Amino acid sequence: MLSVEGLSVRFTDRFGAAMAVEDVSLSVERGEIHGLVGESGAGKSTIGAAIMGLLPAAGQVAAGRMTLGETDLRTLSPVAAHRLRGKRISMIFQDPQTSLNPLMTVEAQLIETILAHEEMTVEAARRRAIDLLEEIGIANAPARIRAYPHQFSGGMRQRVVIALALCSNPELIIADEPTTALDVAVQAQVLDLIRRLAKTRGVGFILITHDIGVIAQVSDRVTVLRDGRVMEQGPTPRVLGQPDHPYTKALMAAVPPLDRRLERFRLPRVPGEKMAQVEADKAREAEDWLMEETGSGPALDLSGITVRFRGERRGLFGPREDFTALDDVSLSVRAGTVMGLVGESGSGKSTLAKVIAALVQPAAGEMRLDGVALPPMRARRRADPSRRLVQMVFQDPYSSLNSRHRVLDVLSEPLWLYGLEPDAGRRDRLAHAMLALVGLPVAAADRYPHQFSGGQRQRIAVARALLSRPGLLLCDEPTSALDVSIQAQILNLLKDMQARFGLTTLFISHNLAVVRQMSDDIAVLKDGRLVETGRSEAFFAAPDATYSRDLLAQTPCTGQQF
Amino acid sequence: MLARLMRIEGVWLFARSPAAILAAIATVTIVAGAALAPWIAPTNPYDLASFSLIDGLLPPAWENGGRPRFLLGTDDQGRDMLSAILYGARLSLSIAAMAMTVALLLGVGLGLAAGYLGGRFDAIVMRIADVQLALPAILTALLIDGISRGLLPRAVHDDLRIAVITLAIALSLWVNFARTARASTFVERNKDYVQAAIMMGQHPLRIMLRHILPNIVGPLLVIATVDLASAILLEATLSFLGVGLPADSPSLGTLIRIGMQYLLSGEWWILWIPTVFLVVLVVAINLLGDFLRDLFNPGMR
Repeated sequence: MLSVEGLSVRFTDRFGAAMAVEDVSLSVERGEIHGLVGESGAGKSTIGAAIMGLLPAAGQVAAGRMTLGETDLRTLSPVAAHRLRGKRISMIFQDPQTSLNPLMTVEAQLIETILAHEEMTVEAARRRAIDLLEEIGIANAPARIRAYPHQFSGGMRQRVVIALALCSNPELIIADEPTTALDVAVQAQVLDLIRRLAKTRGVGFILITHDIGVIAQVSDRVTVLRDGRVMEQGPTPRVLGQPDHPYTKALMAAVPPLDRRLERFRLPRVPGEKMAQVEADKAREAEDWLMEETGSGPALDLSGITVRFRGERRGLFGPREDFTALDDVSLSVRAGTVMGLVGESGSGKSTLAKVIAALVQPAAGEMRLDGVALPPMRARRRADPSRRLVQMVFQDPYSSLNSRHRVLDVLSEPLWLYGLEPDAGRRDRLAHAMLALVGLPVAAADRYPHQFSGGQRQRIAVARALLSRPGLLLCDEPTSALDVSIQAQILNLLKDMQARFGLTTLFISHNLAVVRQMSDDIAVLKDGRLVETGRSEAFFAAPDATYSRDLLAQTPCTGQQF
Repeated sequence: MLARLMRIEGVWLFARSPAAILAAIATVTIVAGAALAPWIAPTNPYDLASFSLIDGLLPPAWENGGRPRFLLGTDDQGRDMLSAILYGARLSLSIAAMAMTVALLLGVGLGLAAGYLGGRFDAIVMRIADVQLALPAILTALLIDGISRGLLPRAVHDDLRIAVITLAIALSLWVNFARTARASTFVERNKDYVQAAIMMGQHPLRIMLRHILPNIVGPLLVIATVDLASAILLEATLSFLGVGLPADSPSLGTLIRIGMQYLLSGEWWILWIPTVFLVVLVVAINLLGDFLRDLFNPGMR
């Protein structure tokens, strides 16, 4: 149905031209889900935009043929292309928050879209809209259709977006990371829906994603992309089960398995890629310095932690309705071990880390570090010894480093602040050595954070945390902003550092497979309450709580299913 | 060398924007002329001995009856217009720059603290700012001028006139900086790098000045440029109204006030030349401000 042959897309900027996509061929049949998978910068979204005819101004199709049925997509006039978009090809975007108009009811948006493509009465369009909502699984559609987008949950909103894409009975739907913003449970439902629509309606899907788990779950065929080129293409079970290309192999090796624990990720070499090399001799000084403080990290005990956020007033004189983010959470992290903390978004994982880091004030509860009381936010003085002992690695490496400070300044700050090293020259030497220890070139010290990739920045963030000589490391989704191969490297780094320096670690993630690789113990949070705690291996073998079982079952896995 | 310069985004965009280039040339020329006035101006307008009434009301050199010695003509007192304008620009620009500096320190300081500390301090500062916004700049200036007239002896007041007008302009401009600094600080405060600094237990002053301030200078720089033009205009307005500088210190505003008397009498150059000069200066600075704003807001390009 859709056939793309030898597609090349060129982007021109003031530094010259660059090929974003080179010689890509693929085809999608009716009812087929074709997965495009690759890491950031692989050109996945560019291919989708080229097929839609929606490339940004700087991009242009340099070569290749694209045909949908009998129509040549490249030779269409702008008017004809506009008519074709939405009518025969639709698109689903990543974020349902922003792809719906918040000021229009769902009804108005659906009817508007239907009428834009077909001549019919408003009444008929409304009937069609209601049918569509029922088809995609929204209960009580005739009433719910009058709601505004914010009155739907994230997953329901993405269903509405899909309904919007179906309005004109398209032949092809391009879904660009349709489930990336959703929790696993909701993701599973949306993927089921896509699967069902492909079967019942015979719509062809191009599913663009960075998540191999998603591909494994729904796609029939898969194209693995890297730097705009096709690495491997074929039926999903074959490509993921017996990958031919070294890049696909490396990608598969980097995906954390849900069914077993790896001591380290094996990272096969990919031709043309530079691996982070630890320069052992240069790193020695930092390693020795960290070792000076012997023994393992402190044990952390939390009891009865409760956090309430101030809510909105209902009416002028109405009482505030406070929101309870954490409800009586008690948790113990054994000295020198890793506690994995999992839960869906909004379950209070990050809030708990912030309470420990003294960034959020708990309404009740007690914290102890090796038996010594750990004062909460308002009571924790700036000079409190725990300021140094508790360090955090944040989720987003793009905002956790000050973009106006050189890496050297970022790294030497804790040494100076905590008075760990009075000599400025030695501070600089330690910062350099620490860079080597986390696998960055020593020359990185003189550059600014924006000159590094996400993974390199996360290495810098880990180095900064280590330079405080911490006992307790809080990792708040440290790899969820990173590509899988980079994630594997950072997880290896964290494992190494944790084991070598005996850090007590609280590792927060929404990804169960990642948590399994990292943690000795595990705790599951749901809506601010602790659902289950236990030894990690026992948990993954047989979770106790129903909720944990659901969570485990819904996590897409690439394991040994092929 | 040129090729390497062009790799810097700002330089590249600048080279492609004729408006920005013209504005930069005009601004640099005028600022240089003003700064070098004592050395390049033909006469010194403060030196009463250097001009005589005999040379009064001469037209510019290219007009009938003009003399090459007075390139842009003379006013009723026989003052050389070119010298008066150069010295006038010098005075106007210094007052504007001083007022900007005061407004910047006051506004950014208060805005940064309000945005970082929040709570009651924020509420108080921002309500004061709201009150300030409700007062027109000219009213503020008249108020300060009036108060200082009432409090200070006449001789002292005359000596302090420049300080008074500077303060008046600064007070009507600081609000812009405070609001922008506060809004940007709010955004930065919730970013992880600031959270990390708070968590580490760094001193609030250090967090504000060393961590947040460098990250919010972009928008502040844009406002500073645009407000510099407002400050020049405000000074001209105040001087024109007679609240600002006395007639014997030739700022651009006082020159225009003097010229007003000759608007319909045929001696057009006394009014028009300083006016056009002022317009060119203000437009050029505004264009530079627009260019900077586009540079810092890639979305608007």
